[in-house]
Amino acid sequence: MGIIRNIFYMIGKYVLLMSRVFARPQKDKVFRRQLMIEIDSLGVDSLGIVAIISVFMGAVVAIQTAYNIDSPWVPTYTVGFTTRQSIILEFSPTIVSLILAGKVGSRIAGEIGTMRVTEQIDALDIMGINSANYLILPKIVAAMVIFPVLVSLSMFLGVFGGYLAAVIKGVISGPNYIFGIQSWFIPYEIFYSLTKTVVFAFIITSVSGFYGYFAHGGALEVGRASTKAVVQSSILIILFNLIITQLMLQ
Amino acid sequence: MIEIRDIYKAFGSKQVLENIDLVFDRGKTNLIIGQSGSGKTVLMKCLVGLLEVDSGDILFDGSSISAMNYNQRKSLRQEIGMLFQGSALFDSMTVEENVMFPLTMFTNKSFEEKLDRVNFCLKRVDLNNVNKLFPAEISGGMKKRVAIARAIALNPKYLFCDEPNSGLDPLTSIVIDNLIREITKEFQMTTVINTHDMNSVIEIGEKIAFLYHGKLWWQGSNEEILVTNNREINDFVYATELTRRLKK
Ligand SMILES: Nc1ncnc2c1ncn2[C@@H]1O[C@H](COP(=O)(O)OP(=O)(O)OP(=O)(O)O)[C@@H](O)[C@H]1O
Ligand SMILES: [Mg+2]
Repeated sequence: MGIIRNIFYMIGKYVLLMSRVFARPQKDKVFRRQLMIEIDSLGVDSLGIVAIISVFMGAVVAIQTAYNIDSPWVPTYTVGFTTRQSIILEFSPTIVSLILAGKVGSRIAGEIGTMRVTEQIDALDIMGINSANYLILPKIVAAMVIFPVLVSLSMFLGVFGGYLAAVIKGVISGPNYIFGIQSWFIPYEIFYSLTKTVVFAFIITSVSGFYGYFAHGGALEVGRASTKAVVQSSILIILFNLIITQLMLQ
Repeated sequence: MIEIRDIYKAFGSKQVLENIDLVFDRGKTNLIIGQSGSGKTVLMKCLVGLLEVDSGDILFDGSSISAMNYNQRKSLRQEIGMLFQGSALFDSMTVEENVMFPLTMFTNKSFEEKLDRVNFCLKRVDLNNVNKLFPAEISGGMKKRVAIARAIALNPKYLFCDEPNSGLDPLTSIVIDNLIREITKEFQMTTVINTHDMNSVIEIGEKIAFLYHGKLWWQGSNEEILVTNNREINDFVYATELTRRLKK
């Protein structure tokens, strides 16, 4: 019973916080500047890790697919087709979001949590500034804008990684792979994938903001809040992955 | 002038403030003193609106905050400056940006005008050539000064200081105390200071409110506090060997 009550308490607290986050910013100019800073630190800073993961992920998917369909009855371009499908539908949006939950989520919870325990949030409130809105909204908007860009890049690099692996290993010729990745292409799948990404971006930033905003105590508690933020947003990503897939892929 | 009328505040079943009636005058340094846990911080948070009182009222120059709507409270907050115990400077911003922040958020001044005001405030707290430094690069005493500069940037009518001397050496403490007193006089602010530092009490205690277990136990001036016969006050004032010897 206690656990269920606790979950509802947390959800209520989260919804109340979000109702304060989604308000009109005090100054548009300040908001735009914050947004640019966040796009830079949440997005541009994550380019490297997203690129590396994607190339390797694509390579592994291609090799595994080739290994699994090692049969003379299956045409080799299937490797290209299957790799593309896996990357676009699942690996890029979900895996990259999980990685970003770790990287971006802990950063946000740590940053906002530190501001809470050092009274910087109180200082904002005293001035008459809506601190939840000022601190969390730019991060949510920035992530919802930049994560789809990162994931699109990841899709491209993943498919490219698959090409490298397949061709270097010699399981399939380059033109065959290219033919594979062009077969039965459905643009809706990209839409599905990027929709997932936008939802995940919202989950990561709002949940991490929530844990940071309500941190209390000292450095130890801020660390704990970061860990909770990462764990909770990862679980929610997995859960919403299932829900959105049920809704969008019939 | 701030009038506190019969306020009560409890957390769950724990009564933290009881029946507090107090008046803080304009142009004076008003002190709230008391032992750790007596309710000083809670009282100050109620005054600045970070906490809601359970009953009673607080009047800022005659206007009651319980009668104010959201927007009126918001504009009242712009007349309040607060100095936090740990300074609470924004550590992602430079000293200059910290002091400029309230100006950027609440005025439409040009950058040059804002910079003028920032430099005026920094100069007022005796800080030079630190504009471009980050909070992590300056000492605790300097942070306190920057925090004072930020608190007075919008020319507030009311200044609140939560333990302005904690973590400072005795000399720096006196400098900060005097600075707070001077700007209180100069800008005719109503200043409320939370402290348990007896030095400050003697130096700048024009009006002192002594809290004891959440009740207003005694009030008076720094002259009166040394000669009162109230037992709890004496226990507090003459808590250390040094002060007991001085009394003799
Ligand atoms: N948010 C809160 N929830 C529950 N109890 C609280 C809360 N804030 C303060 N208290 C309690 O109220 C009492 C007064 O606390 P307060 O922080 O005002 O003391 P203080 O006089 O400022 O002490 P110090 O000199 O140590 O800062 C304490 O017993 C404290 O435990
Ligand atoms: Mg206190």
